[in-house]
Amino acid sequence: MELIEKAKQLLETGAVKAVLGFEPGTHGGRRPAIVRRAERAARLVFDPGCAQNLASYVTRKEVKRLGRLAVTARPDTLRALLQLMAERQLREEDVLALAVDAGGQVVELETAQAMEEHLALEPKELPARDRELMDRLRRMTREERWAFWQKELSRCVKCYACRNSCPMCYCEHCTMDCNRPQWVPVPSHALGNLEYHMVRAMHLAGRCVECGDCGRACPVGIPVHLLTFNAEESVHAQFGQRAGASAKLDYALSTFRPDDKETFIR
Amino acid sequence: MTDTFEPKITAFVCNWCTYAGADLTGTSRIKYPANVRVLRLPCTGRIDFMLLAKAFARGADGIIISGCHPNDCHYTSGNYHARRRWMIYRDLMDFMGIDTNRITFSWVSAAEGAKWAELVNEVTAGIRALGPYAEYKELVHAGVE
Repeated sequence: MELIEKAKQLLETGAVKAVLGFEPGTHGGRRPAIVRRAERAARLVFDPGCAQNLASYVTRKEVKRLGRLAVTARPDTLRALLQLMAERQLREEDVLALAVDAGGQVVELETAQAMEEHLALEPKELPARDRELMDRLRRMTREERWAFWQKELSRCVKCYACRNSCPMCYCEHCTMDCNRPQWVPVPSHALGNLEYHMVRAMHLAGRCVECGDCGRACPVGIPVHLLTFNAEESVHAQFGQRAGASAKLDYALSTFRPDDKETFIR
Repeated sequence: MTDTFEPKITAFVCNWCTYAGADLTGTSRIKYPANVRVLRLPCTGRIDFMLLAKAFARGADGIIISGCHPNDCHYTSGNYHARRRWMIYRDLMDFMGIDTNRITFSWVSAAEGAKWAELVNEVTAGIRALGPYAEYKELVHAGVE
């Protein structure tokens, strides 16, 4: 069944209260849309232009209030939904994922297990551009990396778009908004920017589902997503787990194994 | 100029092992450089990564983090959690271009007074050779703080 038809059916039968998807925006773009009535389902679209990770909406109060939700989902949306379940931010029964296959047919994923199995079908890889930049950065000397990030971060205006676009940044009281104590300086000067991005990456280590929405949201084009990707790869390499792989994942930094292997503690 | 450079080293230590170990160094009359400022925290698990960033921002040239050996934590598992955190944080710092040679992690128990002196000696010599952390200090001067 195709997406519009499926959405209509789900809304008519009352299986879901709303469908979270995309509609055509201005200049041929795509923007998120919430459809609550079957007759409005015709405006839904799902194509490669629909880049945003819709999972960032499902934890919002005004969206939660709508009731059971169907979400059109790409693999990273599924990972985000699973990670939200693992962090007890979303109940399995409150969401229905609609994955769209290559032929435009909708695959309904009702349970966390179904989502996990669907994800297991396709190998997870970073976009080629990100992979390349990441590898290039790792080949640099430390001084070059410092210079690279200082140059990039000097454009940051601390608009917090990277935080707000992130499906995993759902805290009601963010460290960034906290001023007692004021951990991170408010102005977007060199130190404030470095500390902000450091905190963001650390708070997402082991939780980042690598959708890259933070990088897409950045109005000045800083590759901020590479910082969280790096933290996530570091978690995967050292602790062997990936955020969003399962709805029963323990947070990597609040668990431990007595035999965790490090090389630097004397 | 470099002859007169005295490194500032901030040591974050846990109350139960390394702080007691550093005490033992003193009562054993073992000498170690006065460049180190010891900050006592309840446990290595309490040492937030932001404390390290703050130490650099306030002028530290080097940092020591030390606590109980694995399996010896007063709170059973604080040091295991800390170890995981540092494993990730160190990678991130390196990726952002922060000098990981300036941060030394160590396990020093309450009985290892000599190890503490040795650690401080080595770190002080290491930071002295590296010089002041100019990159980070520039960053601070560029800002308001």
